[in-house]
Amino acid sequence: MKRRWSRREMLRRSAALGDVVAVPANVLAQAANAAPYVNLSAAEAATLEALVARLIPSDANGPGALEAGAARYIDGALANAVAAQRPAYAAGLAALDAYARSRAGGSFAALPPERQDELIGDLEENRATGFAPSSSAFFELVLGHTLEGTFGDPHYGGNQDFIGWELIGYPGLRLAVTAEQQRMDAKLEPLRSSAYDHTQFDEHTTAGERDGD
Amino acid sequence: MATRLDRADVVVVGLGGAGGVAVEPLAAAGLNVVGLEAGTRLGPRDFAPDELRNNFRGWPQAAQKCNREIPVHRPSASAPDNPRGSIHVMMNGVGGTTLHYWAQSWRLNPWDFKVVSETTRRYGAGRVPRGSTVEDWPFGLEELEPYYDEVERAVGVSGQAGNVKGVIDARGNIFEGARERAYPMPPLRGTEFTDVMANAAQRLGWHPFPGPAAVNSETYDGRSACLYHGFCNRGGCHVSAKNSTAVSTIPRAERSGKLAIVTEAHVTRIDVDGDGRAAGVQYLKGGETYIQPASVVLLAGYTYENARLLLLSTSAAFPSGLANNHGQVGRHYFTHNQAGGVLALFPRKLNRWYGLPAQGVAVDNFADDNFDHSDLDFIGGGNLWVYSDQRPIAAASMPTFGRAPRWGSRWKSFVMENADRWVNSYLQKTTLPYEDNYLDLHPTVKDPLGDPVIRITADHKDNEKRVAAYIQDKMEQWFLEAGAVATVRQPFGTMGVSTHAYGGTRMGDDPATNVIDRWGFCHEVPNLGVLGASVMGTSGARNPTLTAQALAWRTAEHLAADWRSIAG
Repeated sequence: MKRRWSRREMLRRSAALGDVVAVPANVLAQAANAAPYVNLSAAEAATLEALVARLIPSDANGPGALEAGAARYIDGALANAVAAQRPAYAAGLAALDAYARSRAGGSFAALPPERQDELIGDLEENRATGFAPSSSAFFELVLGHTLEGTFGDPHYGGNQDFIGWELIGYPGLRLAVTAEQQRMDAKLEPLRSSAYDHTQFDEHTTAGERDGD
Repeated sequence: MATRLDRADVVVVGLGGAGGVAVEPLAAAGLNVVGLEAGTRLGPRDFAPDELRNNFRGWPQAAQKCNREIPVHRPSASAPDNPRGSIHVMMNGVGGTTLHYWAQSWRLNPWDFKVVSETTRRYGAGRVPRGSTVEDWPFGLEELEPYYDEVERAVGVSGQAGNVKGVIDARGNIFEGARERAYPMPPLRGTEFTDVMANAAQRLGWHPFPGPAAVNSETYDGRSACLYHGFCNRGGCHVSAKNSTAVSTIPRAERSGKLAIVTEAHVTRIDVDGDGRAAGVQYLKGGETYIQPASVVLLAGYTYENARLLLLSTSAAFPSGLANNHGQVGRHYFTHNQAGGVLALFPRKLNRWYGLPAQGVAVDNFADDNFDHSDLDFIGGGNLWVYSDQRPIAAASMPTFGRAPRWGSRWKSFVMENADRWVNSYLQKTTLPYEDNYLDLHPTVKDPLGDPVIRITADHKDNEKRVAAYIQDKMEQWFLEAGAVATVRQPFGTMGVSTHAYGGTRMGDDPATNVIDRWGFCHEVPNLGVLGASVMGTSGARNPTLTAQALAWRTAEHLAADWRSIAG
């Protein structure tokens, strides 16, 4: 599986190139978000970015799915883990844009947020036309992947700067947890690491090398 | 050109929960055993706390054979196929699904062995639902007790006994059958939240207790105690505190020098000789075909795999599948109704981010026949289970209890407040076998080798739906007593692919209705044994693995003790 650019990876790359290491996190996130999409076309990416930005918006409660890199997570996953859904994304994103043009007179990405929200409501309630098999199926597909890309391990390119884990108050990976730390009122320092920052783990099985037969 | 290998005494097809325990008594008896496993070996480096890979992507690097042959489900013979799933629920690998299962390790209750006779005795004839093919087991709990005991120690099970030699201990399950001695380890610790739930159950007059688990509550057999890190649910253990067969029984069998393991071996057929006896198996490894002759074949795949391999292994003596001349392979199929949970919202944070699904509190008052069914319109019941286990994507995917939309700023505000204030429950219910719930080979859907996959034709019947609704009532009552401010009932679903699939090669004395005999060998093929939950004729209201393992140990011991007559 191809690794997406995570914040840590960008830090490593910066260090390897002899750059200044202390790059502010928001600059790194912007840099990651400025890299070209790998699978989605520019038009598809614009529509998807606008969609995830409304599913989990940036608002008074902090950054949302777009800032977390959910659209880029989906773009990366379409190359491997969810490659079977590539046709559904192509059809669904095109249908959403066509629906926006027919109902609101402009591309989905160009509409004001309130109009975008109305159209997303149509998807969710399966009222939108032009989708196969249904607009609600496309809504569920994107919502599920947006949650993965916002709250999943940043190793996969989403949850940049741990935006998702901060949002829900996840205290982070702990490889050993005490009874005290399981109390309901436990005050846990948020730990912010990817599973694969822990060098004891491999993403892929190395079993073939270890196997004796 | 197939390569013909040296003859083994026993070839075990599948080194998961059942096959993985059977190899220990076989090797200890000095038999030469070949274990064929479709997956690879996985170890602590592979068991990262990675929710996406483990819980959402189905271990794509490991679960390859099962993902190539995912069964197709239809609710009835007249209904169209449902869309086929893309991720199988089980795991390929040495240790099989015990690598990443929840590790809840229950004994069945006494009633589960005698559903027909006990129901008739207590409530009169006619209370067993029409259309059900349920039979009493050929023996009772007391026959299986020594093997439960053996496996609890060989694998390593923690728990609180509720009935030792008839002496009831209210700290454990007061409804369990008599056991000879306590568990080899004390139960896993509870959490403050599971204590809140236990106290609420006691106020209701119920009998809460910590559940049994094949997870170390303390150092056991040189392996670490559980570290409660929160990724046990469909994840392997990074410190080998989860007692899969890969870290317990299989290594001992290998150290004996009597077990040879072949990984990435995909068994495609069981061969028979001119007398209709099992001659060995054929398997693919690295694109090559191998023939492994053996005096005895033990089929130890998952329920779907066991029925499938028998049905695929046709011959002149068995034209409709091996051991299927009575048409019973694939029959008496059922799954636990694991759906239909109840979710609850609490007014404070619960801190369920850590722990494991086996760290919880159970109530058995409404399971099996532990309560009076005289005025009820069903038999059986359910076990209630609440536990400490939550990861970030699942937390953010929480239901909104009708209090917020599912997306947008209002949703975001809701999950910020409530992501750690909700809890699920796990409600395992009695399911019975029925005439029209069965497995067969799909007429058109095939795996990449061209072999048909299993077709499941099954749905929940009235008895199962009534049990589920009754159990949801009890679970709601329990949550509300514990202070929940809202509950949601989940739908019952249908009987699709399940991690708790039973039957298809049922055990019983009558060859007209059962594939295997009381010792685990086919009525029609005496040197072919079958291991796994596929032999179980009832489900009880609790996880099947320990029972499948006890049965597997018993079959293996019987084989070693009666070698000459079985091996021929």
